Amino acid sequence: MTTGSPLTPATGGSEQPAVELVRITKEFPGVLANDRISLELRRGEVHCLLGENGAGKSTLMNILSGMVRPDAGQVKLDGRVVEIVSPKHAIGLGIGMVYQHTSLVPQLTVLENLMLGEAEGIRLNAGRARERLRDLGGSLGLDVDPMTTTGTLALGQQQQLEIIKALWRGSKVLILDEPTSMLTPAGVAELEQIVARLKAQGLAVVFITHKLHEAISMGDRVAILSQGRLVGAIEPEELRTATHDELQERIIALMFGGQQAPAAEVVELTDEVEWHAPRRPSDAEPALELVGVTVEPGPGEIGARDVSLEVLKSEIMGIAGVDGNGQRELAEVIAGQRSPASGDIRLFGHSITRLRVAQREKLGLRYVTDDRLHEGTISSLSVAMNIVLKQIGKPPYWERGRIRYAAILAKARELIARFDIRTPGPMTRVGALSGGNIQKVVLARELSFDPKVVVYSKPTYGLDVKTTRSVRQTIREQAQAGVTSIVISTDLDELLDLCDRIAVLSRGSITGVVENGPNAQQRIGELMIGGKAA
Amino acid sequence: MTETAAAAELREPPRPGAATRGQAQLGRVGDFLLRSILPLLLALVTGAVILWAIDVDPIQYYKDVYSGGVEFAAWQDSLMRVAPLLLIAVGLIVAFRAGIWNLGMDGQFLLAGAVIAGVGSRMEAHLPNTLNLVLLFFVAGAVGAAWTIVPAVLKARYELNEIITTLMMTFIGINLAQILVKGPFQDPTTTTPQTRAFDFTALLPAIPGTDSISRRWPGVHVGLVVAVLAAVAVWFLLGRTSFGLRLQVLGASTRSARHMGLDVSKLIIVAFLLSGMLVGLAAATEILGVKGYQRADWNPAFGLWVVPLVFLARLHAIGVIPYVVLLALASIGGDFAAQNAGLTPRFTLLLVGLTLLFMALTEWVARRAQLGGSYLPGASYRRQRAEGAG
Amino acid sequence: MTTVLAASDVFSEQALTALVAGAVLAGVPLMFAALGELVSQRAGVLNIGLEGMMLVGAYAGFVAAYHGGSEWLGFGAGLLAGAGVSLVMVLFCVRWGLDQIVTGIAITLTCEGATALIFDAEFAESRPTLGATDKVAIPGLSDIPVVGGEGESNGSLFTQPLVVYLGLALAVLVAWMLRRTYMGLNIRAAGDAPSALDAAGVSVFATRSWAVLFAGAMAGLGGAFLSIVAAGLFQDTVVGGRGFIAIVLAMLARGRPLWAIIGAMLFGASLSIADWAQVAQIHISTDLVFMLPFLLVLLVLVLFGRRAYLPAALALPYERGSR
Repeated sequence: MTTGSPLTPATGGSEQPAVELVRITKEFPGVLANDRISLELRRGEVHCLLGENGAGKSTLMNILSGMVRPDAGQVKLDGRVVEIVSPKHAIGLGIGMVYQHTSLVPQLTVLENLMLGEAEGIRLNAGRARERLRDLGGSLGLDVDPMTTTGTLALGQQQQLEIIKALWRGSKVLILDEPTSMLTPAGVAELEQIVARLKAQGLAVVFITHKLHEAISMGDRVAILSQGRLVGAIEPEELRTATHDELQERIIALMFGGQQAPAAEVVELTDEVEWHAPRRPSDAEPALELVGVTVEPGPGEIGARDVSLEVLKSEIMGIAGVDGNGQRELAEVIAGQRSPASGDIRLFGHSITRLRVAQREKLGLRYVTDDRLHEGTISSLSVAMNIVLKQIGKPPYWERGRIRYAAILAKARELIARFDIRTPGPMTRVGALSGGNIQKVVLARELSFDPKVVVYSKPTYGLDVKTTRSVRQTIREQAQAGVTSIVISTDLDELLDLCDRIAVLSRGSITGVVENGPNAQQRIGELMIGGKAA
Repeated sequence: MTETAAAAELREPPRPGAATRGQAQLGRVGDFLLRSILPLLLALVTGAVILWAIDVDPIQYYKDVYSGGVEFAAWQDSLMRVAPLLLIAVGLIVAFRAGIWNLGMDGQFLLAGAVIAGVGSRMEAHLPNTLNLVLLFFVAGAVGAAWTIVPAVLKARYELNEIITTLMMTFIGINLAQILVKGPFQDPTTTTPQTRAFDFTALLPAIPGTDSISRRWPGVHVGLVVAVLAAVAVWFLLGRTSFGLRLQVLGASTRSARHMGLDVSKLIIVAFLLSGMLVGLAAATEILGVKGYQRADWNPAFGLWVVPLVFLARLHAIGVIPYVVLLALASIGGDFAAQNAGLTPRFTLLLVGLTLLFMALTEWVARRAQLGGSYLPGASYRRQRAEGAG
Repeated sequence: MTTVLAASDVFSEQALTALVAGAVLAGVPLMFAALGELVSQRAGVLNIGLEGMMLVGAYAGFVAAYHGGSEWLGFGAGLLAGAGVSLVMVLFCVRWGLDQIVTGIAITLTCEGATALIFDAEFAESRPTLGATDKVAIPGLSDIPVVGGEGESNGSLFTQPLVVYLGLALAVLVAWMLRRTYMGLNIRAAGDAPSALDAAGVSVFATRSWAVLFAGAMAGLGGAFLSIVAAGLFQDTVVGGRGFIAIVLAMLARGRPLWAIIGAMLFGASLSIADWAQVAQIHISTDLVFMLPFLLVLLVLVLFGRRAYLPAALALPYERGSR
């Protein structure tokens, strides 16, 4: 059931704004995250914060939710100036935030998670909590079983629980931080309905996103942030009357200050993708095959169930799916960090199931892990050492067990130049570099020494636009040179941009493989649902 | 670029905490003073305060420690005490660098000692002396290593926490050693529960030039040389070889180690075995160089004493030597000073514990001031727990 | 080893009573310490310094009971002493986020040295002992053979000093607390997902601090029981590794206090086999017997350890804003 166009504000923003941010400024070492930003949040209105990764949206909202203190500026609630000192304080003031990474305890039940933080006497009052859950859930059109262990809920449901939790504590302002990044297309539709109901209840909703089309369709008002500054805003009037394309142009113009926008960044924001012909030759052999692979799930995992997949030489195969559907397990079983319970893995026709990580490396199989800090690199070692870390013991970097510094340094310098790694020097600790450059170090290591098949896991996650663009370019270049690539990503736009074919992973199984093309997105969305409830 | 120039540029083998921004702030010297000297000083000062509180003159006490440890050829005793302490320290360094908490040193030590005390005294009759001694060193190393197999395999295959398993093995080992000494290795000529004593001349020879005045044994025994050589060998192994780097990666993060293609199970077991072997050698130097026999109730418990030293030296096999010398002095001299002051010699243990506490404090201070670096191999190792690794 | 085993001897009422009585006597300190450690681990803090806290409690308890003439003074002193030492843990590990294992080792070392020093300074010559403590016999139940314990010098299951029954009641209370109160919920969240607890507006530091203080108090109480009731004297080996056994018991109890009690009694039994052997006139070397508890721990760990429930954030210091 619909509640009317999401563009019409329910109660109108004519009275005093619920929240006013006045010239908020916040600086972190080396970067000005927020530069004198002023914003008003009104009841019954959805205010979208739009901007690319690193524009300062999350920082701004972290200030409002009490996680971070501003260097300058004021926050006003209902006209009164307040200083928000902690998340607890923010909650008490009626500000609720739904994070990208859920703030629920997976081991506790739904009801326990909701009761967490209440301080009503000593004993838990489960009965009263149950009633409240029924009421609140009902008001949003949701039905949640209070005794379920939270960790077993699907991500979309967990997010809904978080929204309920925010209402539970009597939030009057609700901040949603990139909520759609975890959802299937069906889940996004559900979210839209929930947001509409929240509006109807008179909450001030803030919707943080980096996707232009979302801002336009979800928001009553759009604030555009770029590099820490508020570069423009779209009023409700304009959102209601202008067309989608007009709005898109206007926003892009505001973001890039009237200059010609770099094409890649436009692609990042909009949903325009250029289709290209598959680059593999028509008679391509399979480079990597998974045959009936099953992986036992560890705690909190889904595992993989009877996965069969064929990736042809030189192609870029994407694996789409919402986070937590078995991506990590699949990547690790291909790389050799895990053993499958059953099934076979073949590289160029030869079974590699029994081979260890180092042996697969030697055959040209590479794995760019999504955990760059704790798995992909050793933060306490230098850039140079990290680059040769998978070559330990091999000449020319080691000879008869002894280390050869000259060779290592030379190689490091070569790769730093080739991959444009911004570092004070080859001996700098990797931990001191920025996220984008750490990713480049990982790429430099994996893509050197003759790669043949590379598995990329969330390769551009959390990176700024420039690095994102260069990483994607690198993937394309590798494919041109004949390297087979498997890109695992939760960002559908990225997959549509890069891949020749896209497989859909849902609840540990491959539900289908889609050729990239104009209808791909829709079919992928269908395949995502077709294994489980969103 | 020449090899030496490159080595000079990459100076240290990549050590945790090397070349951090913070160290540039404080300078290598400043960091050394803060981390490696200050805790000691603080512990000594606190010790002095405690002494004063129980009516003992601290100045006199520390003077006694010095004279008891150095004067009147006591320095030879101190040097001889260095041998087992250094070997245990080096054994711990190997394990800790790999992120493995081998807390089973005492069990490994006593068992190795019991075995060679029991077996060796019998063998000496049948074998030429030098051969006997060399053989016994091997045996001691083997026993020490063998006593790590259970915790090693449990950790490598089942990811069972090695703190608990090695501690359990220690208690079991201590009791097993007692059983052996009282049982098959018992000296038949006496009722005291101890092994048969070695012939005086069958003990380790002395370093030429040293000459004991008042003791039974002939000067500082070559066990010291063995210990120093072992320290150098381990330093080389850890810092300059591919094996050493592999251990270091393992110590930084088990997940990363697996990701980089290292054979984590094998590394864990090898690190354990190496560590146990060195502890076994420590027992050999003590039995074959100083004591000549093993009593059932003997347990010097060197293991835990050495732990703070290893951290003070930031897990550097050669850098730990001065600290070990200091501890040897403190323990030998401490016995003397305690006797004079009417205190229990356990006081030195208190100082050791305080040093570790103060080290934790300086760690906190350094972290607050964002000076970077850490005592432990890879501060990110802690995150392993959340990711489900060992 | 002469082995003249008459079945009637081994399983005589006397022998079995000795076994049960010894099990309880040895198990109670373990129970207290394990209970405390369990709560601490549930909250995410691995307390390796338990051995040191037990030792301090044993010393303080003994001295207080000796000078004050009452065992309750001793228990109270032990409790306070253990909690006092745990303050170091609270400061270093919870507040400042330093490594829990290193701090734990440091605490144990320092406590060993300090207690040896202070005790020696006061009692080196005299080596005092305490008399037996009064026991409470549960009416009716204490008449049952073997487990009743009426009139036995060491009591048995149903004849024990009052503090034992209080301890059992405490375990039940803790179980209830963890399941059914807000404090219990906070503790569980602190151990599983501290960032979620923080986001909910509850202080992770405060929650963990209370858990650690409780563990220290319980360890101190267990130590006091050891020196006052079980041994009747103090020496530096009185704890002898029990603190570490308690840590393992807490891990194996899977977060459930009632399992901690059962485990403690079982291990108490293994510790007291020496007594049973003596009464049953089995000649086993005491060293072998002393090995048994530790062997048992190892065995249990191998069999059940992989399924030991450990909170997800155990031994990880919490910093706001970190993941």
